[in-house]
Amino acid sequence: MYQYDAVDQEFVADRSREFREQVARRLSGELSEDQFKTLRLMNGLYLQLHAYMLRIAIPYGSLNARQMRRLAHIGRVYDRGYGHFTTRQNLQFHWIKLRDAPDILDQLAEVDMHAIQTSGNCIRNVTSDPYAGATAEELDDPRVWSEAIRQWSSLHPEFSFLPRKFKIAITASAKDRTAAKVHDIGLMIRRGRDGQLGFEVIVGGGLGRTPYVGPTITEFLPANRLFSYLEAILRVYNRHGRRDNIYKARIKILVAALGAEEFARQVAEEWAKIGPEGDLPDTELARIRGAFATTVFEALPARSEAFESAKAAHPALARFARNNLRPHKKPGYTIIEVSLKTIGDTPGDATSDQMDVIADLAERYGQDDIRVTHEQNLVLPHVRLDDVPEVFAQLQAAGLASANVNLISDIIACPGLDYCALANARAIPVAQQIAQTFADPDRAEAIGELKIKISGCINACGHHHVGHIGILGVDKKGEEFYQLTLGGSGAEDAAVGKMLGPALPYDKVASAIDTLVEVYLRERQEGERFLDTYRRTGVEPFKEAVYADAH
Amino acid sequence: MPTLIRRLDDDQFILADDPFTAVADDEGLPPGDVIISFTRFQAEGDRLLTEGRAVGVRLEPAEEVEALAYDLPRIAVVALAFPKYRDGRGYTAARLLRERFAYAGEVRAVGEVLREQAGFMVRCGFDAFAPADGASPQDWAHAVHRHRHVYQRAADLRTPAFVEREGG
Repeated sequence: MYQYDAVDQEFVADRSREFREQVARRLSGELSEDQFKTLRLMNGLYLQLHAYMLRIAIPYGSLNARQMRRLAHIGRVYDRGYGHFTTRQNLQFHWIKLRDAPDILDQLAEVDMHAIQTSGNCIRNVTSDPYAGATAEELDDPRVWSEAIRQWSSLHPEFSFLPRKFKIAITASAKDRTAAKVHDIGLMIRRGRDGQLGFEVIVGGGLGRTPYVGPTITEFLPANRLFSYLEAILRVYNRHGRRDNIYKARIKILVAALGAEEFARQVAEEWAKIGPEGDLPDTELARIRGAFATTVFEALPARSEAFESAKAAHPALARFARNNLRPHKKPGYTIIEVSLKTIGDTPGDATSDQMDVIADLAERYGQDDIRVTHEQNLVLPHVRLDDVPEVFAQLQAAGLASANVNLISDIIACPGLDYCALANARAIPVAQQIAQTFADPDRAEAIGELKIKISGCINACGHHHVGHIGILGVDKKGEEFYQLTLGGSGAEDAAVGKMLGPALPYDKVASAIDTLVEVYLRERQEGERFLDTYRRTGVEPFKEAVYADAH
Repeated sequence: MPTLIRRLDDDQFILADDPFTAVADDEGLPPGDVIISFTRFQAEGDRLLTEGRAVGVRLEPAEEVEALAYDLPRIAVVALAFPKYRDGRGYTAARLLRERFAYAGEVRAVGEVLREQAGFMVRCGFDAFAPADGASPQDWAHAVHRHRHVYQRAADLRTPAFVEREGG
């Protein structure tokens, strides 16, 4: 993981000090809540239904044991003993007191963390591949570029008052684990024919009220020209993005209005004027690369006898291995996904005690490295196969061993009406009901990969548009209803889901999902996921079954 | 005479008299130095300049600095309007004035100008401020000097972190 130098540390400390003064001005009454709002929003502090919510940046979802322990500590001392990992790889505390916020930021600064730009109309936390540095699929380590962007975007003088928030994702693998195509900018690391490193640049994807899969505006941008190109995109957007209507202010609306080709032309024109002056020197990129702690791997056989015999003896471990382990680039190692989707619990929540367990495991068995996925799970990216049985046992003891990654109960849900002032409907209890419906692990495994995503309102924080099954909470005359969409994907085969039919009442959602799954199991052909079957058959068989049931 | 906050070359901030009168489009022109809209400048700029006055131009966020490019050598002040503090187009305008057009005159921030924007504004090349929140030059200096490090090259002459590190 990236090691802060004195510059990075002082930067974060200065920011924390500034916020302490601002909070003091608010508490003394010098600032009204309205005046203070703009300041707290620049530090990730929202006023929600019951309390303040603090969103802490976990840059590109990467943290170490010390940082995880500090989050656990903050949760214990200043919140209710738990935190919520988000779809942008951040962590939210939902029960914060304003007077504690400056102390929390200081505590974060001590471990090289912050809440800068986790809200507001600025460049937000960059998201990246949670398997970075561990998967054999990647062309380069996307964290290096993510960190460079983190620094470049921090208190950017020109781009801190954009028309609307701005989210960048970077992936270096063909298998996209970042939802790059539904970000304001998606960067996909590519290698040119001559072996040179570069980026495919996708601009104007997004979810919310008007979902778009973003178009590619440049197929291959040489890697060392990234920052001048980003500056050109942001400048065109800052000048021409709409500011008259909050719902039409994201860059996707500008790109759609101009057309991808015209937008690309404007960017190219601005880029030519900026020139290489706007780029980060190669020496700094090399320094950042070098500031990532090197991971030293042992030479191990690809097969671990200890692991194989433990699996044979313990079916639960075997199930966990089938669903939660991913291939590592080094023989004898594996990537472990830790599901935060324990059936019956809130998706993405972890208690402080659980955070401590993860920190201990990372330290003892995982090269002090932890990741957060945009699907709200955690990852131990470098674990020896030999150690998996022990890690599994400790996860099990902490209630963190759900073997359901990518399965039907691995649901993304926004906080919904239980917490959020914007929501129309609850999201968490719907997720819990669906998870209960599919609590039988054999059945869940037989169903295979199925991504359900739930949003409590049209702002789509639960990414329902890109769920294989998407669920959107709506308000109909004061009652919670849910609209189902099918066929969405946030991965490399990105697509926006299509609406199934009229919205269903709260108590019919879980049974409707059950019906959809039955249709899939009936219709599926060899090797098809739910998404594949849907794409082959179209909506009709699904629609017929759900609405026949509903009547 | 109304006052404004000025940034001096040594990065100090002082309260200074404002010799310019801001004139709305429907107002008559007083004698002396004036700041007028871009539309009015196009109609009356030549005449005012021949009268020997110093003339400043106020640009609204939607008006592009490129339109002013050829007139810049004879304009004493470009006043960039912030109808709302949230409207960030003025930051781009200021950077382009300084970096692309090498404009050496005064770049002034007018409208909803708050101390929280001070650091960003100075980095983009603003050197005169008419704060709407009653901020003093001390408040302004405090906000601007808050951060010991910056990560980007911009229109001010601050050394970005990546250069600072090379020296370290």
